[in-house]
Amino acid sequence: MGFLKRFFRGRAAVQQLPTGTITVDRHGRIVTSTVSSAYPQNFLRDIGRDVLALFSEARAAQMPLAEVSLHFGSLHITARELRGGAIIFLFPQTALLPTPTPSRS
Amino acid sequence: MEKKHKILILDDDADWLSLAREMLAALPSHPEILTATTGKRALALLESEPVRLLICDLKMPRIDGLQILAIVRRRYPELRTVVLSALEDEEFRSRAYALGVDMFWIKIEMQRNSKMFIECLESLLGRDDEPGFRGIQSKSLMDIIQMECLTRSSTVLRITRGPLVAKLWLQDGELIDAEAEGVRGEAAFRRILAWKSGTFENLPAEPNRERTIVKPINALLLETAQDMDENATPATPESIEDSAHRKTVWKLALLTREGAEFVISIPPEGMGEPEAIGATNIAPLVKWTRHAAAIARRLGERLEAGPVLQVGGQNLERQVLVLERGEKLFLVGWPADAAGNLMEKTKKLVASWDS
Repeated sequence: MGFLKRFFRGRAAVQQLPTGTITVDRHGRIVTSTVSSAYPQNFLRDIGRDVLALFSEARAAQMPLAEVSLHFGSLHITARELRGGAIIFLFPQTALLPTPTPSRS
Repeated sequence: MEKKHKILILDDDADWLSLAREMLAALPSHPEILTATTGKRALALLESEPVRLLICDLKMPRIDGLQILAIVRRRYPELRTVVLSALEDEEFRSRAYALGVDMFWIKIEMQRNSKMFIECLESLLGRDDEPGFRGIQSKSLMDIIQMECLTRSSTVLRITRGPLVAKLWLQDGELIDAEAEGVRGEAAFRRILAWKSGTFENLPAEPNRERTIVKPINALLLETAQDMDENATPATPESIEDSAHRKTVWKLALLTREGAEFVISIPPEGMGEPEAIGATNIAPLVKWTRHAAAIARRLGERLEAGPVLQVGGQNLERQVLVLERGEKLFLVGWPADAAGNLMEKTKKLVASWDS
């Protein structure tokens, strides 16, 4: 089977979008996750690292943020700062689901 | 030999596909029709065939239409896209248009108005990237207004340019009112005529609309054309200074009217200085904005999540939104309790900023 795959590689493979919640500590390590374990962990680490960078650079710019959101065509990421780390909500934007928005506490 | 365009229809319902195929056979340009029942198959076809137009359903298992549209918008920016869905939800319509689709049709409407649907598709297939207002190619807004007046029409012309919406009220071939970007009357008319491109549609006439414009349309068109010519000619240093001052005052008024706290307009590095209204000591904010946009772009590409629509942030005092328009980035600050759809308000503000 592996032999055939060498010649017939899928050219238009589509990556699934993550859905769920992750928490990361101040070093960007994933502490908890409800995202499917089939989803690549390195992508989740990238999300955590980038979100922490947005928070820390906003602090450096004298504009500390409690929440950041990144809206893409098919994915919404909302993150809240959590004692140096963050809780990150991942919402794929599909036609079947309404856009969930976490309410502000 | 005349080149035949290819149309790809994506729908998980095979019966619907054959019905649509039959219907599209009526297109005067006789394009080649390809069909796919899954998003994966559609992407494979787009990879291998030079498709001109994609007609896409929204509600499909595994990968839905919005995900497909987000992918194709990024991979094939020249591809025309039409959503044909049974979902009559305004939210999906606006999400689809936010992804840059050319048309959104409800399946029942399409069956009821099949002739109009076919005409729209034919227009999409033939349309080249020319400036002008959609619907009538290569015609300026002045031409369109003159045509309406010459035919003594009574109508409301709704003109859209990105998130900006303007209206012109015509009664028996006379322009009676105009509204754009929060202004009414002649001033609004002048602003609208400065728009170089957009889309327009005819709405039913409103004969009871209050009249704010009494000048004949030809006089107004002439004056506006003269103003535009004068603005295009080289200016003296004094007039440049005056014009810069007027622009700043106008931007401040816009900021106040919309209720925003500040706007920072950031050109690409090395292509000019950032400009701020309502904020001081902007260097760290400019740095954060540029970095936030770069992070979002990189993450979007890595996750294959589609184009970046916005980056936002909030604390107890304010909310900020980062928006990209053309080559520029905009950081817009709003009060924490700002009401309404901030994304739409920010888009409107940014679209007016350099107009």
